[in-house]
Amino acid sequence: MGEEVKLFRSWSSPFALRIVWALEIKGIEYEAVFEDLSNKSPLLLQYNPVHKKVPILVHNGRPIAESFVILEYIDETWKQVPLLPEDPYERAMARFWAKFCDDKVLTSIWSAFIKQGKEQEEALVAAAENLKFLEKEMKGKKFFGGERIGYVDIVLGWLANLVSIFEEIVGLKIVDERKFPLLYSWMQDFAEAPIIRDNCPPRDKMIVKFKALLDAAIASSSSSSK
Amino acid sequence: MADEIMLLDWWSSMFGMRVRIALVEKGLKYESREEDLNNKSPLLLEMNPVHTKIPVLIHNGKPICESPIIVQYIDEVWKDKSPLLPADPYQRARARFWADYIDNKIFQLGGKIWTRKGEDREAAKKELMECLKILEGELGEKPYFGGENFGFVDVSLVTFSCWFYAYESCGNFSIEAECPKLIAWTKRCLQKSSVSSSLPDPLKIHDFVVQLRKKFGIE
Repeated sequence: MGEEVKLFRSWSSPFALRIVWALEIKGIEYEAVFEDLSNKSPLLLQYNPVHKKVPILVHNGRPIAESFVILEYIDETWKQVPLLPEDPYERAMARFWAKFCDDKVLTSIWSAFIKQGKEQEEALVAAAENLKFLEKEMKGKKFFGGERIGYVDIVLGWLANLVSIFEEIVGLKIVDERKFPLLYSWMQDFAEAPIIRDNCPPRDKMIVKFKALLDAAIASSSSSSK
Repeated sequence: MADEIMLLDWWSSMFGMRVRIALVEKGLKYESREEDLNNKSPLLLEMNPVHTKIPVLIHNGKPICESPIIVQYIDEVWKDKSPLLPADPYQRARARFWADYIDNKIFQLGGKIWTRKGEDREAAKKELMECLKILEGELGEKPYFGGENFGFVDVSLVTFSCWFYAYESCGNFSIEAECPKLIAWTKRCLQKSSVSSSLPDPLKIHDFVVQLRKKFGIE
C-alpha cells in the first residue's frame, strides 16, 4: 500500500523538529510542508482547527496534532527503531520525563531567556532546580533512551541546539558545564548525532529570530505600566 | 505473587479520581491512602520527589506519577480487561489528543472561576463554555468519547463533572443550558459503578469550595 506521509512544520519550530528527527531516525519517507505561521494555510486550519499550530502529521490523509501524540503514533505505526521502551514501567517513566521536560524545563528556560530583572532571576533558579532532576536521571546513560536516542532525547533535543543560542543572546549561562556535566555532555552527543546534526535549522537564522523575539518582549514590557 | 497496589490520593482531586476509575474498571484491589496536602507524608515525598503531588500509584513498590501516565500504565499492564485506549494507532492518537486538550484547559479555567472575581472570572467562564462546547462537538452522537465503550477520554473528563456544580454556583451559570449532551453523557457515565464509586458528591465539593473561598477571602 502506498504510504503518504506529510509533515506540516515551520523552519524553526522546535516541536516540529521533534517529528523530523523521529521520521528520519526511523527512515520514514515524508513530504515536509513549510508553513508561514504569520499567514497560516487553509489546509493547516483544516487539519488542526482546535490549536491551529504545527506540527501536524498527515498520514494517508488523516491528521494528527500535538508533538507527543504524533511521536507515540509514529512509534506505534512504524515499529522499526523503537523510540519508547517496551516495558510498561519504563514507558511510564519515559512519558513522565518527557512531560517534565516540556512543563518545567522548557517553561523555566524560556522564562530565563525572555524575562528581565527579578522574573529572570527567579526563572534561572527554577531552571537550575529542574536541570538537577535531569542530571540525576542521566547517571550511567549516554542518552535518556540508553545507548541510543529515544523518546525523551527527542523531546528534550531543543536544549542541545537552542540553549547555546539563548546564552549567546542574553549573555548568561543557563546550563553550566561544571554544575551539569552529564547533561552538558548529553547536549554535545545529541547535537553531534548525524541525523540530528543534519536536521537542525541554521544557527545564524535562529539567532536573528530569537533576538527579534527578545527585543519585542523587552519593548512590550517597558511600554506597559508596572 | 499478588500485585501490591497503593494509591496516594486526595478525595476532591479530579486527577486522583481518574486513577480510581481505571483501577475499578480493571477489577483491581488496592490500598488507598489519603494525603494531607498541607502536611505531605514522607512516602509521598519519596515516591514523587519531582512534583510532590498526588495521585501517585505505587505498584509493587515502584511509583508512577501524573494521572494520564498512570491511567495508560494501568491500561497497558492489565490489558486483558476493559481496555481504555483503542487498539488502532490513529484512534489512540485521537484519544491522547483530546485527553491532552482536557488537561490543558478545564482545570485552569474551572479553577479561575472559583478563585477569581469580576472580569477574570467572566473571561474564564466564557472560555470554559467554549471548551466544553468543543468537547460536546467531539462527543457528537456517540454514547461515549470512546465510541460504544467508555474509554480514556471519558475517564479524563468525567472526573470534572463533580466540580461542575461548584463552578456553576461561583460563576452563576448553567453548563447544562449550553451543553445538554455533555451533561447527558456525564449522567450516562455515572451509571457505571467505576465512576459512581470514584466521584464524590458534587454538593460536598461545592461546600469544600465555599470553605476555601472563605479561608482565602474570595467573595
